Amino acid sequence: MTVLVGTRKGLFTIDDDHGWAISGVDFLGEPVTAAAVGRDGATYAALGTGHFGSHVWRREVGGQWAEVGAPAYPPRPADATDVSPMTQEPWPWTVQLLWTLETGPAERPDELWCGTIPGGLFRSHDRGASWELVRSLWDMPERTQWFGGGYDWPGIHSISLDPRAPDTVLIGISSGGAWISDDAGATWAVTNGMRNEYMPPGEEYGPIVQDPHRLSRCAGAPDVVWNQHHNGCFKSVDGGRNWTEIVERPPAVFGFAVAAHPTDPDTAWFAPAVKDEMRVPVDGRLVVSRTTDGGASFDVLGDGLPDHHAYDLVYRHALDVHRGGDRLVMGSTTGTLWASDDSGDHWHTVSAHLPPIHFARFIA
Amino acid sequence: MPSIAFTANLRRHVACPAAVVQGATVAECLASYFQQQPQVRTYVLDEQSQVRRHVVVFVGADQLRDPATQSDPVLPDTEITVMQALSGG
Repeated sequence: MTVLVGTRKGLFTIDDDHGWAISGVDFLGEPVTAAAVGRDGATYAALGTGHFGSHVWRREVGGQWAEVGAPAYPPRPADATDVSPMTQEPWPWTVQLLWTLETGPAERPDELWCGTIPGGLFRSHDRGASWELVRSLWDMPERTQWFGGGYDWPGIHSISLDPRAPDTVLIGISSGGAWISDDAGATWAVTNGMRNEYMPPGEEYGPIVQDPHRLSRCAGAPDVVWNQHHNGCFKSVDGGRNWTEIVERPPAVFGFAVAAHPTDPDTAWFAPAVKDEMRVPVDGRLVVSRTTDGGASFDVLGDGLPDHHAYDLVYRHALDVHRGGDRLVMGSTTGTLWASDDSGDHWHTVSAHLPPIHFARFIA
Repeated sequence: MPSIAFTANLRRHVACPAAVVQGATVAECLASYFQQQPQVRTYVLDEQSQVRRHVVVFVGADQLRDPATQSDPVLPDTEITVMQALSGG
């Protein structure tokens, strides 16, 4: 079993051949913001080099890392009028963050998807050699209503293809709602049912002003999608087209990360935190909340996690479940990585000395 | 002929040997360099062909005045240096 851990200072490979241990360190010193394994086994890593822009590297099976193409916006038209709805600043047509990488369906093994800040969705048909901006989404007038949540500009953090219908693509945007395409990205429709309590009265349910922090689909029951939203927890039973709020979730409904069980549609894991003005564990006790009954109730799991004076925040891509459904990994902003072998009932520390963790992802 | 050299910090990411280039402006000199070393372009310029926000270019001893279009003039003996800014990163 192998996990890729992307951090502020490099990409770490963790495997459990002899108990969980770090078996590889790549790009030491560089922010690694996303990674994925392609259908052919090649590994892709997105680097944000800070000064020198964002770049994508690929490692073939048994090979060395080599740079491939990276998503890039087309020239901003001289007559473009897109501006931030909050600051009225001109919208940048430049990649600020490669936030998520996903592979295409089995029948399109060379396909990759990438979500970025400032809100562009990109697709590659040639294993990352070249990328194209999905103009149908970028050119929607509604795009200019999106706004930054945490970052200055909005970003696409979740891309989920329906395994039964690979032309159906669901994306999540902070902050711009969740959108779905049934024609491989040619046209898009906004999804409904999320609630944003910080909006003015009467505007709470506006579908475009929503801030889903992370979407996670049950692969074995793809109609079920879990949604850790800025405002709380939501669930869809129709592939993300409509959302229902789960109002009660101890110890808090705020958080960033969610991991859906790969086969059981009633099970999902979350990493709760005190809501937006704090973003730390409730009472300094780091826990995972797990539902096994579709969100009707939650178990609060803390065995093996720090139980006092813990100020770890789990970013949206830093909680993952193995395809077998019982093993989990979770990484935090303080550079600690935990693993569980029993669905989260017990956790153990893999490392407490990593750089701040952007994502943790099972790749095998 | 003008020349271009790069900070060692960029050499960590991409091969960017110093080189003699052709051009009467920084933009022309950069274009001349990227013809020789196309892999360097996206590390120095963004998609809108502007110098990246946290990259600094010196034209001789002077900081580049026009990062948007790099129209600063270049003399035949000018040394252009590409560095990282202390900001950001």
